[in-house]
Amino acid sequence: MTDRQKPIKVLLGKPGLDGHDQGAKVVARAMMDAGFEVIYTGLRQTPEQIARIALEEDVDVISLSSMAGSHIPFCRKLKPLLEANGLTDKLWVIGGNLPAQDHDALRELGFKGIFPSGSKLDAITEYIRSEVK
Amino acid sequence: MNAPQKPEMKKVINESGIEVKPLYTAEDVAASGGMEMVGDPGQYPFTRGIHREMYRKQPWTMRQYAGFGNPADTNQRFKYLIANGQTGLNVAFDLPTQIGLDSDDPLAEGEIGRVGMSIDTLRDFEIAFDGIDLKKITVSLTINGAAAILIAMYLAMAEKRGYDVKELRGTAQNDILKEFIGRGTWIFPVEPSIRLVGDTIEYCATHAPKYTPVSVCGYHIRESGATPAQEVAYAFCIAKAYADDAIKRGLSVDEFAGRLSYNFNIFGNIFEQVCKFRAGRGLWAKIMKEQYGAEKPGSMWLRMIAAGGGGGLTFEQPEVNIVRGAYYALISALSGTQTMALCSYDEAYTIPTEYSARLSLRTMQLLVEEMGLTETVDPLAGSFYVETMTNEMRKKMEEIMAEVDAQGGIVKMVAEGTIQAKVSAQAYGMQRKIESGEFPKVGVNCYKNEEEEDHPVEFHPYNEDDARVQIDSLKRIRAERDNAAVSEALTRLRADAAANRNVMPALVDAVKAYASVGEMTKELVSVFGRYQEPIRF
Repeated sequence: MTDRQKPIKVLLGKPGLDGHDQGAKVVARAMMDAGFEVIYTGLRQTPEQIARIALEEDVDVISLSSMAGSHIPFCRKLKPLLEANGLTDKLWVIGGNLPAQDHDALRELGFKGIFPSGSKLDAITEYIRSEVK
Repeated sequence: MNAPQKPEMKKVINESGIEVKPLYTAEDVAASGGMEMVGDPGQYPFTRGIHREMYRKQPWTMRQYAGFGNPADTNQRFKYLIANGQTGLNVAFDLPTQIGLDSDDPLAEGEIGRVGMSIDTLRDFEIAFDGIDLKKITVSLTINGAAAILIAMYLAMAEKRGYDVKELRGTAQNDILKEFIGRGTWIFPVEPSIRLVGDTIEYCATHAPKYTPVSVCGYHIRESGATPAQEVAYAFCIAKAYADDAIKRGLSVDEFAGRLSYNFNIFGNIFEQVCKFRAGRGLWAKIMKEQYGAEKPGSMWLRMIAAGGGGGLTFEQPEVNIVRGAYYALISALSGTQTMALCSYDEAYTIPTEYSARLSLRTMQLLVEEMGLTETVDPLAGSFYVETMTNEMRKKMEEIMAEVDAQGGIVKMVAEGTIQAKVSAQAYGMQRKIESGEFPKVGVNCYKNEEEEDHPVEFHPYNEDDARVQIDSLKRIRAERDNAAVSEALTRLRADAAANRNVMPALVDAVKAYASVGEMTKELVSVFGRYQEPIRF
């Protein structure tokens, strides 16, 4: 537990053109049940939109749900935008269909929390709670 | 290796919310409504099947979902599947194509050819279907937001190849309402989206009367969290919305209803699924006859693809999905489907490789060649359990449809996001049940491997170069085509869209002038606007 007064605020984004949002919505509900404030973006967010919402909403966590395989090119575009907006002190998390061979590349792109298909809901929320001070 | 806890004689409720008894007798059949809705195969109400001989005459069509990279890559995969005995094609498009973006659109970057093949112009369709006999192999286009454009393109391609479009068979998914609930490849707002579906139904009724312009999908609604009974009930509500639009245009029900089809999902309890299909067939026939006044038997037929769904497959122990797929194929055959497809065992990881796609095909072929599934129609009929559950599933579906009507209808519920919120809440509940072990899932919450194993899944490679080839090809076509003709066709498309005239003739002309998917979509967006997703929890 932390001594935070405010709930943890999470941006949950659907990057790119992928329409598979069942998982993202399930994770959003789990986060809400864990007491987080969740801003779910809906589908088809550009890197610019994700960075803008993260900045404007002053979130603690920037999380993405990617199912259709374009996570690396998307995160490559997102990283400099988050950096330019001074969001490097936030926790960056990504989940979805993320092959094991891509995990190192995602870590190098700044994504500290990686939750591939099969991850448990409580593992995701507990991780966020432990990382956000 | 922990087996799930199963106390003796615990009350069992299936996913659709119906209690399953340990024993069924003739009394249960009678109490549930008797055999009134059973009838004979090929006879109203078609519960036992839409044809009398079913698979004796012709086994189900085998139609694995396939497509990736550029059209030439996909053409090779099509030919590989056909060479291995596949009898229909089920075309996967990449996301830019599905939402009406050209491959040189900045938003398409990184997505070209990734989850399906990239299509910009008619030239791409010419390449994708080159050397494939479109009379022998029927083609199903899995396209929704951009469906009117791609249907126009398919008809134009076939005509150019010398086929008589009046005789051409084939299917487009073209079920936009379910895209708002799950799958998400919408483009335009709800009302103009339904209008476009109506345009395709109206156009095909006259110009391509053997083409199936819509395949209404319970499949993706189920994947999004619906129960099996909701899957069918919501799909019927959606089909009725399209039918109502067609009738408002002055079409008679028998002019178009025979060309509607369905796409349903298979995972979960075997008997619940089989009864779902039997119940659905009877209910749809009853709806078409009693509510719409259909007279032709074909208008009352629930024609379908019953597909082994990704929602049942697991990331854990992926090889076990091969066995799940075999059971799903068995359910599909026992359900009297017209067409079968299976998610391949590796689909929690990747789009299928040649190897896994062939394995899915072999799974279906086993049922035809070795297991006797094609010999006798509706073999489970007459079982006390199956007939009782069929009656109960039908009643459940009717209740759900009545609830939708009471809440203002499916179009309103989709536009407001209430259906989305409902199925999403159910998906969350199910995920919690799986994580707690309350809902057993082999390899996930029981019979887990002691040690983590390296999964044996081979990834389908993504060729970064395909995007460059596709963009170069589009640029070449833009330079070579008659741009005055394109511009004239696009102007007409916009005018027809704005004047509420059927856009299909203008789309066919634009396609023939090699206008691109993105160009045509932009004209329609300029008139219709774009959908704004309601976010509801």
